[in-house]
Amino acid sequence: MDFLLWVRGPAFNIAVAIFVIGVLARLFEILVLGRKSLYSEPKGAQMGPGVAEIFKRSVPLPDIVKRGAVTLVGGYIFHIGLFITIFLFVPHIEFIHSVFGVRWPGLPNPVVDAVTVITMVALIVLLVHRIRQPVKRMLSTSEDYLTWLVTFLPILTGWLAYHRIVNPYPLVLGLHILSVEVLMVVLPFTKLMHTFTVFISRWYNGAIYGRRGVQS
Amino acid sequence: MSSLTLERGLYDFKAAIDAPIASFFSSCVHCGLCAEACLFYVETGDPKYTPIRKLEPLRRVWEQEYTILGRIKKAVGLSKPVTDDELEEWKELLYASCTMCGRCSQVCPVGNDIAYMVKKAREGMVSSGHAPPALVGAATRAVKIGSPMGVKWPAVQNQIKHVEADTGLKIPVDVQGAEYMPLLSSMEIINFPEYLGALAKIFKQAGITWTLASKAFEATNAGHQIGSSDIERELVVRVVDEAERLGVKFVIGPECGHAFNAIRWDGPELIGRPYKFRVLHIIELLEQLRAQGRLKVDSKVTERLTFHDPCNMARKSGIVNEQRNLLNMVATEFVDMPDNGIHNWCCGGGGGANSMEEYEHLRLKAFGRKRWQLESVQPELLVTACANCRLTMEEGLEHYKMEIPIAGLTEMIAEHLKEDESAA
Amino acid sequence: MVDSITLGESLRRQGVSRRGFMKFCAATASMMALPPSMVPAIAASLEKARRPSVIWLSFQECTGCTESLTRSHAPTVEGLIFDFISLDYHHTLQVAAGDQAEAAREAAMHENAGKYIVVVDGSIPGPGSNPGYSTIAGISNYDMLMETVKGAAAVVAVGTCAAYGGLPKADPNPTGAVAIQSVVRDKPVVNVPGCPPIPTVITGVLAHFLTFGKLPELDALGRPMAFYGQSIHDRCYRRPFYDKGLFAGTFDDEGARKGWCLYRLGCKGPMTYNACATAKWNLGTSWPVESGHGCLGCSEPNFWDAGGFYQALSIPTSNVTRTATAAVAAGAAIGIAAGLANRAKKASAAKQHKTVTVDQLGEG
Repeated sequence: MDFLLWVRGPAFNIAVAIFVIGVLARLFEILVLGRKSLYSEPKGAQMGPGVAEIFKRSVPLPDIVKRGAVTLVGGYIFHIGLFITIFLFVPHIEFIHSVFGVRWPGLPNPVVDAVTVITMVALIVLLVHRIRQPVKRMLSTSEDYLTWLVTFLPILTGWLAYHRIVNPYPLVLGLHILSVEVLMVVLPFTKLMHTFTVFISRWYNGAIYGRRGVQS
Repeated sequence: MSSLTLERGLYDFKAAIDAPIASFFSSCVHCGLCAEACLFYVETGDPKYTPIRKLEPLRRVWEQEYTILGRIKKAVGLSKPVTDDELEEWKELLYASCTMCGRCSQVCPVGNDIAYMVKKAREGMVSSGHAPPALVGAATRAVKIGSPMGVKWPAVQNQIKHVEADTGLKIPVDVQGAEYMPLLSSMEIINFPEYLGALAKIFKQAGITWTLASKAFEATNAGHQIGSSDIERELVVRVVDEAERLGVKFVIGPECGHAFNAIRWDGPELIGRPYKFRVLHIIELLEQLRAQGRLKVDSKVTERLTFHDPCNMARKSGIVNEQRNLLNMVATEFVDMPDNGIHNWCCGGGGGANSMEEYEHLRLKAFGRKRWQLESVQPELLVTACANCRLTMEEGLEHYKMEIPIAGLTEMIAEHLKEDESAA
Repeated sequence: MVDSITLGESLRRQGVSRRGFMKFCAATASMMALPPSMVPAIAASLEKARRPSVIWLSFQECTGCTESLTRSHAPTVEGLIFDFISLDYHHTLQVAAGDQAEAAREAAMHENAGKYIVVVDGSIPGPGSNPGYSTIAGISNYDMLMETVKGAAAVVAVGTCAAYGGLPKADPNPTGAVAIQSVVRDKPVVNVPGCPPIPTVITGVLAHFLTFGKLPELDALGRPMAFYGQSIHDRCYRRPFYDKGLFAGTFDDEGARKGWCLYRLGCKGPMTYNACATAKWNLGTSWPVESGHGCLGCSEPNFWDAGGFYQALSIPTSNVTRTATAAVAAGAAIGIAAGLANRAKKASAAKQHKTVTVDQLGEG
C-alpha cells in the first residue's frame, strides 16, 4: 500500500520531471542544429509537402507490404493497440483529464482487454522476428531489447492488474504504474524518442523532396 | 605522409551533421524495412547492405558529439570510437553497394532520408582517405583534364565535326547571349555521340538559340560521386563561370543522372548563392517544347517499349510525367514496368558505382531487380534518359543474355522529328 | 469484576433461545468462511466460554469506532455478546472517572494477568514524539499502551487510526502519530481497520477468539482474512457497470441516477479490502457505493493521503502540473544550451576543414 502511494506520488513526480526535461532537451538538441539555407531554385514548396508526409508516410508502398509484412503488420497492430489501451481506457482517460483537463469517451473495458491481449501477442511476435530475421538481428543492439521490455511491461502489468491476477491489488497496480514510470524515464534516451522525432524526420523528408518537386 | 587522416575525416563527419540528420538518427527504430527497398540487399540477401547500417560510423559520431547522453558516455570512456579499419570496411558499403538511389528514403517509416546521409557521410570518407581508388582516379581526371573519362575539348571538337557532317547542321560554340547552354556527359561524348546530333535537330525545329561552352562542356561531376563538396564545387564553378560569362538563360543538364543532380540542386549550395541562370533537364526542356507545340514528329516507334526512370530524374527531381508525355507522342506501344516512376529500381550503376571495376559482380547481382521488371513487361525496346543507366543496363543485359536494345529518349525523338520543310 | 457465568447461560438469561443461539453460530461460521460442520464446535465453545476481561484503550481517536459498535437499533446477538464481555475499562461507556477509572484498569490487568484482551482505538504519538500531544491521567499514550499490553493475551487495534495511524498520521502528521502494531511487537495484534469498522467485524473477531482461543487468520496487513480477504471491487454489485465501461460522471448525472460505477468519482474500491459490499452497514441497510458515493478506502493504510476522495484511483497524488511546468522550463533551457553547444561544435569542425584537392587524394 505504501508502495502504491509512493509510485502514485513522489515517484511519478520524478518520472514526469525526467521525461519532460529529457524530451525537450533532445528535441532542442536536434532542432537548434538547424540546416543551411538553400539557394537552388525550388521546384515545389517545403512546408505543405513536409506536413503531408507526416501522414502519407504511414501508408507503405505495396512492394514493401509484401517484403516487410511481419514488421509492418506487427508494427501497426502494436502501435494501434497501444494507442487504444492508453487513450481509450477510462481509468487512463481520467488520468489524462487530471493533468491536461481534456477528456473523451472510452471504449468498453472488455474491448480494451481484448485489444491489450492482441497487442501483447504482436509485441512477442515482433521480438521473435527481431531475433530471427537477419537484417533486424544485425541491426539490433541491447537498446532494442531494453526498449522492447520497458514497452511490454506496462502493458503486461496493466493487464494483470485489470484482471487482478496478482495479489494484493495495490502491489500489481503499483508495479504497473512503476513500469510506466520506468518507460517514461527511459524514453528520452533511446530510440523511443521516435515518438516525438518522427514528426520532425518525416517533415524533413517531405520538405526535401517537396522542394525538389517530387510528387509522392 | 598522407594529408588524408582519420582526424580530418572525423571533422568532416561532425560538420556534415545537421538537424535533419540528427532527427533521422533519433527516429530510427531498427525496423529493417530500408533493406527491403535496397537493390543490393534484395538481390544478395546479405544484411550487411542494410541502408541505415551504412551510416553507422556517422551515427556514432552524431551520438558521441551531439547528444548529451552520448557525450557523457564518451567522457567516461563507454563509447566506441570510429577507426580507420572500420571506415575501410565501410568503403564497400558507402560506395559499392549504394548508388544514393533514394528508395530507402522513400520507404523508411519514420521518414529518414538515408540517401542524403550517405552523400554527407562520403565527405568524411574522402578526407580520411577511404574513397575507392576508381573514383579518386575519375575525380583527378575531372579536375586536371576536364572530364572524368579524360575527354578533352579537342575530342569533343572531333565529335562536333562528325555530327555536323551527319546532320548538315552547325553546332554553335561559345556564343555569347545564347538562350540555352547544354552540357554533355563524357559517357555521351564517347559512347552515344548521336545525342549531340539529336540536340541540334531538335533545337533547329524548335527554333531556339543555343551554344556549347568549350571551357565547360562536361556535366559529369566526379566530386558529387566521390562525395567531396570541395571537388564538386571546383567542377561546378567551371560551368557556372562560363554560363554566367556567356550570359545564357538556361543551362541544360544532359541525359545523366548525377550530373543533373549536381548542377541543379547542389551547385548553388556549394557556391553559396543562387545562379544567374536556370537549370533544366533536357527532358524537362523537350516536354516544355512539346507542350508549346514546338516539337513535331511525323513517325512513331512501333516496337513495344518501356521506360527506365533514372533515380536522379524521377525520385530525386520529380521528373516523371515529362518523359511519359514525350513517349506517348513518339511511341505507339508504351507500357510501364511494375514499380515505375518514382518507385523505379535503380540500374545499379549510379553514384559512381559504374566506374568501379572491382565491384562489378555486385552490380550484376543487383541487376536481377531490373531483369524482373523487364521480364514482367517483355519489351522489344528499353528507353531511358541517362547515359550511365544505359551503359550499366547494356552490361547487365549482355551478362544475362537478354536481347533488348536500349535507346536514349532524346535521340529517339530526334529520329522521328518531322523533316524541316523549310530547310534550304 | 469477572463472574463465573458462561456465555451460554448469559444468553439464556437474556431470553435468547437455543435456536436463536444456533442461528447466530451458523451466521458467524458462514461469515468467517468456516464450513457448516464447524457450527456445533462453535456452539459448544461459545456455550462454555467464560466472560473475558476486555480493557479498551482510547487514544488519538474520534470515538467513531465506539459509536459504530454501540449504535445498534435493535438488540442483536452481536450486541449481546458485546454485552457479555467484561468491559473493564472504556472512556465512553464506563461509569467511573478519574483515579477510580485508572484503578479499575490496573485491577483488571492484575486479576486477569495473561488472559485479558486489550482493544485499542486511536493512534498514539510515537516514542520519538512529544508525549504531551496526548495523555490520559497524566500518562502518555505510549506509556499507557506499553504498560497495559504487558499482561494481555491479545491486542485488537480497532479502526484505521489504531491499525495504521489513520487521520492523525495523515500528512503532515504534526503529532508523530504511529500505528499500534508499530510499537507492540511481542503480543499477537489483530488489525480491524475501517473508519469506522463494520460492527459485525469486531464482534466476529471476538467470537472467533472466544471459540478457538486464538485470533483468526490474518492477511499481510494483520487483518482477519474472513472480513478483509476480498476487495470491495470484487464484491461490488456495480461491478458489471465497471466492466461494461459505464461510469457516473457527476453525482447527479444520468449515470449516477442509473447506479453506474463510481470509479470516475473517486471510488477506491479496487484497492480496498473490507466487507462493506457484502455485510453492509446498519444491519445490512446500505453502504457508501449503494448510496451513490465512492468508497474512500477507509480500511487501508494512509487512505487520507491516497489522492483526493473524488479523484479516480488512476490519478497521481503528486502535483503533476507544477512539476511538468518546471520541467518544461528546465528542459528547454538544457536543450537550447545543448543545441547551441552543438552548433558551436559543428562550426568549429567546419573551420577545421581543409580543402580537399585531387593531389591530396592522389597521395592517400
